[in-house]
Amino acid sequence: MIWNKEMECADRETMRAVQLERLQATVKYEYENVPYYAAKMDKAGVKPEDIQTLEDIQLLPFITKEDLAANYPTGLFAAPMKDIVRIQSSSGTTGKPKIVGYTQGDMDDWGEAVARGLTMCGIGANDVAHISYGYGLFTGGLGAHAGAEAIGATVLPMSSGNTARQVMFMQDMKSDVLCCTPSYALTIAEAVEKAGIKPEELQLRAGLFGAEPWTQSMRDKIEKGLGIRAHDIYGLTEITGPGTATSCIENNGMHICEDLFYPEIVDPNTLKPLPVGETGELVFTTLCKRGMPMIRYRTRDICYLMDGKCACGRTSIRMSRVFGRTDDMLIVKGVNVFPSQVETVIAKFEELTLNYKILVDRKHNSDTIELMVEFADGLEIDDIEFVENMKRRVEHALRDILQIGCKVRFLNAGTLPRSEGKAVRVEDRRKYE
Amino acid sequence: MAVKQVSIFLENETGRLADLTEILAENNVDLNAVTIAETGEYGILRCIVQNPEEAVAALSGKGFMASITEVLAVAIENKPGAVNQVLQALADAGIGVKYIYSTIQSAKGEAAITMKTTDQKRAETILKNAGVKLCEMEDLK
Repeated sequence: MIWNKEMECADRETMRAVQLERLQATVKYEYENVPYYAAKMDKAGVKPEDIQTLEDIQLLPFITKEDLAANYPTGLFAAPMKDIVRIQSSSGTTGKPKIVGYTQGDMDDWGEAVARGLTMCGIGANDVAHISYGYGLFTGGLGAHAGAEAIGATVLPMSSGNTARQVMFMQDMKSDVLCCTPSYALTIAEAVEKAGIKPEELQLRAGLFGAEPWTQSMRDKIEKGLGIRAHDIYGLTEITGPGTATSCIENNGMHICEDLFYPEIVDPNTLKPLPVGETGELVFTTLCKRGMPMIRYRTRDICYLMDGKCACGRTSIRMSRVFGRTDDMLIVKGVNVFPSQVETVIAKFEELTLNYKILVDRKHNSDTIELMVEFADGLEIDDIEFVENMKRRVEHALRDILQIGCKVRFLNAGTLPRSEGKAVRVEDRRKYE
Repeated sequence: MAVKQVSIFLENETGRLADLTEILAENNVDLNAVTIAETGEYGILRCIVQNPEEAVAALSGKGFMASITEVLAVAIENKPGAVNQVLQALADAGIGVKYIYSTIQSAKGEAAITMKTTDQKRAETILKNAGVKLCEMEDLK
């Protein structure tokens, strides 16, 4: 089943025409209604009428999270408050949250986007949608809710928490699809096992998981533990919320609702656009939003785009899973390095733990990168050959992923300092004076 | 007949070894034999102590990965050719030696060598048949 065949299966030419028309309207509307962005455009020497082709989008200035912070709370709203029917919010990195306003039209489009995603999971009007994302300012709960309502499913607005009750409702109400964060899905799967319930006793058949990065091993555990097929859903509050893109049954990238959200990939260093297939920073332009349109919003997420018709029948452009965030990106010997890449390598070795630190330095005018990683507790080491072999294997695996040499240093289990909040994974000792 | 050896993984940093011996001292652990295998960056300290489980527990709580490995210890007469007799017997049987070190000489004037081989079970039999005296933990005091 495809929710909106006209948009999801459009040929390229039709889609580009839709996108251009909507882009032109959005830019004009933004220029007339958001003085801050109009000033940015003036400074860049670009007028709304300069947007003659889709490629002309490159003339437009970016919007960043710093712009949102500078315009807190509602400086980037384009519609008057009487037309704003909803506020959602996500945490900002510098204290002040990001505030996003939606018109009724924006709300309808959000529901439309999630409806497409739920349909990709094989969910329809006869199904029970179990929504365990948090409800509130966070877009997860109410976003999934809007989509489930749009397809006419029976909505269970569970919100997160009280896992025993989640399992009870899942069983008694015969939930068909679970919508939550992957880590919470894992918690629910563990609770199901603990309760002595076999996955095949549940009616559940699909899961729509997003809002945080997750690994293949988490996916395997969730799919097995709940007896479902897991789908990725991507989105961010600034753009609308979950549903910007969702993976279909083929599990080969997430289909972007590109008639609503126009994607670009840019080089995070030069901000120059990159061709389809190349990895860089994802940039979105909303094409229909009126509450708070975003033009060339830098998501900070690193991924690549995939074009061509998917085996599921959709023609919409797809995005890969997110590899990392530009905020965490290191440039070592001119190569972009993400802690998440290092983490994937570490996770492959059961002899190691995810307690690690990346040390970057500059010696004799050349960058050095070193990984300090703890051995797994209880590992029995009586053999220097074992240690040297491990070192060779880990360094080799790192070079494969990072494309540069990274020295590995093993530490005794429990020796790296533990942090209470977000772990400090990177220490950059380079000095630039 | 195997003897229990404690193996400890060490980062090669000045003072790290003293940190370790300090913990052993605090826990009243007597070192009967000690050796280090090292590369530029790491070392593995192997030692024979009379209370290996206690030593491992004390070290594990203090940021050292310590574990117990079974090794063979054989009594060696204090005369030329004694060590050769042992190693020749193993070599003839096609058994390799992974590492070898000697214990501190006991009050009785006896010495012993401690070793790990590629086939501990067979090594034990071969050595017994060759008339070599295998040691127990208390022989190494």
